[in-house]
Formats: sequence, structure tokens, C-alpha cells
Amino acid sequence: MSTTPAAAEFKRDATTLTKDLRHRSLIRTALKKYEIARDSKKALFQDWQSARQTAAEIKWDAINHLDTHLADFARNLEARGTRVHWASNAEQAREIILTIVREKKASAIVKSKVMTGEEIHLNEALEKEGFEVVESDLGEFIVQLRKEPPYHFVFPAMHLTRGQISETFAKELGSAPTDSPEELTMIARRVLRGKYVTADIGISGANFGIAETGMISITENEGNARLTCALPKVHIALMGIEKILPKFEDLALFLPMLGTAGAGQTLTGYNSMYGGPRQPGETDGPEEFHVVLLDNKRTTLMADPEQRDALHCMRCGACLNVCPIYKNVGGHTYGTTYQGPIGSVITPHLRGLQQWKHLSFASSLCGGCTQACPVKIDLHHHLLQSRRNAIAQRPVWWEKIAFRALSYLFNHAGLFSLGMKLGRIGQIFHPLVKATRIDPAHAWTQSRELPKVAPETFREWWQHRK
Amino acid sequence: MNDERENILGRIREALRLPAPVPGAHERQSAHPVSEREAAVHIPEWLPSVGVTFEERIALFQKNAAELKAQFVLLDGAEQLASQLREIAAAEGWKKVATHANELAECAANSLGLPVVRTDSGYDVHELESCDAGISTCEALVAQTGSVLVTSKSSGGRALSILPPHHVVIARREQLIADLPAAFALIKAKYGPENYPSLISFITGPSRTGDIERILVLGAHGPKKLTILCV
Repeated sequence: MSTTPAAAEFKRDATTLTKDLRHRSLIRTALKKYEIARDSKKALFQDWQSARQTAAEIKWDAINHLDTHLADFARNLEARGTRVHWASNAEQAREIILTIVREKKASAIVKSKVMTGEEIHLNEALEKEGFEVVESDLGEFIVQLRKEPPYHFVFPAMHLTRGQISETFAKELGSAPTDSPEELTMIARRVLRGKYVTADIGISGANFGIAETGMISITENEGNARLTCALPKVHIALMGIEKILPKFEDLALFLPMLGTAGAGQTLTGYNSMYGGPRQPGETDGPEEFHVVLLDNKRTTLMADPEQRDALHCMRCGACLNVCPIYKNVGGHTYGTTYQGPIGSVITPHLRGLQQWKHLSFASSLCGGCTQACPVKIDLHHHLLQSRRNAIAQRPVWWEKIAFRALSYLFNHAGLFSLGMKLGRIGQIFHPLVKATRIDPAHAWTQSRELPKVAPETFREWWQHRK
Repeated sequence: MNDERENILGRIREALRLPAPVPGAHERQSAHPVSEREAAVHIPEWLPSVGVTFEERIALFQKNAAELKAQFVLLDGAEQLASQLREIAAAEGWKKVATHANELAECAANSLGLPVVRTDSGYDVHELESCDAGISTCEALVAQTGSVLVTSKSSGGRALSILPPHHVVIARREQLIADLPAAFALIKAKYGPENYPSLISFITGPSRTGDIERILVLGAHGPKKLTILCV
């Protein structure tokens, strides 16, 4: 496989982190807690498997008729005073938001969790023009202070210990060191309270967009999105076009599935639907509500019918949480906005197959992700399809020769049994070169044992049996 | 940006010219073509079960609330409600509360004998932020999840139920509904299709976070306490 810079970085970081036992145990402890909670909440469903099938069918309908649903969504939002903007790519989305922010002469912007914002590097664009942007989700706030990208698109600061967080707060906010998660949370609460009250603009994401009623739905635990959408005079929501659900009541299924699969909660703390700016007769809420719809290559993924169901994703993170690769290489190693199996499937479509094909090979194909997915995305088969597509687009000459040789060997019984004999002799001498540069199995034997060649092949055993 | 709208919709239509396999096809399970709305009919049968009688449902709500670390108190009439509220106010040393125009909520708030901020006709954010409690009514209580359903129209706007550190919900027994599908049906029947409140929110327990080592902390940004008084 030819190596791209992204692939080289992935390999380098993965090699370092898989050896970091402290990191691995931190992630494992966190995900074990998640697993226990998820299983207990999943068990409350009368029929989780049927719920998955229904969710998959509703999302199938949404995506395969997206043109009509999206037009309905925009029309219904506009009918109640919301400005809907359409952005084909990251640059257009940034420009739309910057124009609104400039027009309002905003001095402070408060932001609740927006993964599409990470995707289009919104914070950098706003800060470059001198606007102050504060992340209000606690995990996002912590990684923003550390100038790191989120480690996990649901649990952004999962890789940090309370000690590290306390150090960051002490350095950036001047707070006294503490090892109590509660005190650390209260420090952030005090800092951010001031921001909500003074911010001119609130920026949020959207977990779902309801076509029928023209609403966005936001799921969160902390109440930071509720405050972001309540106090500032202008609310901007940035949303991927695939987030659409056709009907209002579809949320009755999707909200508990998102809560259960995402964090092991039957329902997440706050699930809020916003259908416009402050309406006549209402006492508060923003004067302006803008919804920015982002394509950014989602239609490219859509054009591949085989993998179109990857657009069903509601970003619950369940596939990351069960992934043996994610658990060992960690979230930052991916170098993508969306990590884990779903990230490995969609990133090649969003950012280029040849540049990101290595992610499809970073999988054990165990299928844990596919089983965990609440909307039944066929994740591990998509990884296989991406491997196939990448090779078909740009074949690797030496792999071709190797497979041809292997096929010749397997088709000639005499040659095959000679090979087996040579292997048996060869392994006697293997310890001399094991794990060194001239070891043909070098990549494997660095950290693993090579399985022993059996003293007798099956054919031999069959011939000699009594 | 209107042309981008056409560009995006055009790309979607172009992409959809090739049909996608139906959901579940890879599991060889009920791989039937999806007919418009058949899928959604059975949602109540898949979700967590809820009892049929009022007693079962109130017991389920109570159990869910306890697990979520919300206080739930079942009371008899306005008298008990007022005295219960006075008890909480005294125990927590409230100095100022916020509420909105509603017979039950206002009556209870007034009985405290404390300064009351009303959010109905414009209010000062700093004033609301300095209140010890926000007292509001709700649209419904959802037994299935232990959630309080509020809207900007039923609960004094967007901020009253999220800004003060203690949110007190006053509900009536008949507001208890079974499950999430019932909650969406209720909102649709009451406000749809043209008068939806600009905010509809399911509040499930007090504000919480697990962002530090997945350890639960209450009161991340919103209320540290949620009390539901049901008469």
C-alpha cells in the first residue's frame, strides 16, 4: 500500500499509543462504565432489535427522499421567521456565519457542541477575525483550553484525568488545583455563566431536523445548549443535510435510541426542539434564528448507493465505544472530525479515498460496530467495500504479483506441500532473525509470536491415519 | 445563497437516481421495500414498557425520577403545595424566586413572601440569574422516562426552567402521560400545525455531566436541583 502523509501519521500515533498502558486503561475504564449503563438501559426496551429495524427504515425513507424532506424542512422553518442558508462546502458555511457575526458586530459568541463546526473549522475562522468564541459543553471547553481537537465526538475529554484537567484550569483560568470532578465542574460553571449572559450570538448544532414541523432537535445533558439558545439575541444552528427526520413523532423513537446507544441513558438530560426565533406572545428567546444547511460532500457519499446508509448515522458514538481499534489507538490518532468505524467509513467520501483509505484497513472486521449501530449501518462491510474501491481505483503492483504467486502455489499440490516442508525447516532458523530487520515477518514479530507450523499437515495426517 | 439551494437539491436528486438496498438487507432480515409510514406505527411496542393504570405509571415516574436524582412529591391540593414549597425555601434559604403567570405557580410563589421575578413580559437576565429558584408549570410528565415536558408557552419562556439553580415544576396529576409517543401526540394536537411554541423541551433530571472521567456531577450549567411537585 502506498503511504500518504495521513496514513504515515496514523501509523506513527497508533504505534505510540497502543504501547501506552496508562492511556489504554483510562479508556477501558471509561468505556466499561458506558457499557454497563448502555446494557441496562437497552434491556428496558421491549424490543431493541425491532426498534433498530424501524429506526433504519425511517432513516432510509428520510435519506432516499431527502430532496423533498429538505425542501419541506426549509419551507416550514421559513414560515415561522427562521432564515435558512444553504452551503455546498465548508468555505461557504464559514462565510455565511461570518457575515451574520460581522453584521451583528458581535463581541462574544457562545457555542454549544457542534461537530459540523469542527468539520468546517469554524472556531479558527471566527477567531482569525477577532471574535471571541467560547465552547460551553464541559468536555469541549476543556479541550478548547488545551487547544486540542475532541478525542471522541460524544465524550470529547475522555482521554484526560482529573489531574490533567485541574492543571489546565489552573494554568488557563488561574483556579486552585483540585482532584474533585465536582469542584472542577463548578469552576467551569462559574466561568461560563458569565459568558451566556453577555454573549451576543449563540451557535449550536442539531441532532435532528424535523421536516414536517420545521424544527431542529438538540440533545444534551448539561443545559449548555438550552442556555445558548435562550439568552443571546441571535441563534445560529449549523446542521448537516443528512440530519433530517420526516415526522415530528419519529423523535419518540430516535431520542431514546440516541440516549441509550450514546451514553446509556433512556433519555439524555435535555432534548429540545426549536422551531423559530421568539414567536409572538413569547417572553424570551433570540430575535433571529438562522439554520445553515451543510452539504460538504455528503451528496458524494449519497451517490454511492452501496454505502448510502452511512448517512443514517445520528452520531451516537456506539460504534467507537465497542471498537477494539478505537480502544487501543485512541481518538486523536484518526486525525479526522469523526473518529472510529463511522469516521473510517465516511471520511474517504468526505475528504478523498486515496488520502484516507488507510482507515478502512485499520479494522479487525469483527463486526462489533455493525451490531452496535442503532440504525443498522453496515459498517464493517463498508470498510471492506472501501478497500475494494481504493484498490480498484489505484492497484498496487507488488500486491498483484504476490497474489498471483500465491494463487499459483495454491493451485499446484506438489509445490504447496514443498512449501509446507520448507516452512517447517525454516521455522527452526527463525529465532536467529526474529523481530530484526531481515525477518520476513518483521512487522508481525515485533510485538507478537508467530504461530508454529504444525509438525504434520492435515494431508499427511489423513494419509497416515489408521 | 438561493442558487446553492438549487445546487444542493440538484446533487441530491442526481445521487438518488441509483436505488439503495433496503434497510436490514445485509442481515437478510425482513428486507421488504419501505412503505411510507408503516415503520413508525409500532414504535410504542418497542420502547420501554409502561403500566396501564395511573398507580403503575405514577410509580414508574417516581422510580425514574429517583434514579435521575430529581425530587418528586405527590401532594393533595394547593394548601399542601404551598407548605411544601415553604419548607424547601426555608431549608435552602431562598431570597428571591422567579415564576410566570399561571394560577398554580403564581399562587405557590406568592405564598413564600419573597420577592418574585415574573418572566412573562420581558425581564432582566441578571435579575433572573440571581434568583434561587425558577418555579414553572409544564405540559406533561412522562412516566416512561421520568421527564418533564415544557414549552416556551407553558413554562414562562426559554430561560426560566434552565437559568436559576433550582427548577421547581408544578404539575397536576392528570398531566401524567404514559410514554414518548403520547407526548409528541399531545404537543401536535395542542399546537399543530401552525402554533408550535418556539421551544419544546424534555427535561430529564437536573443538569448533569460525565465529562470528567465519566463521573456523574449534577449542575453542570443548568439547574443543580429539579423538584417536581404534583397536585
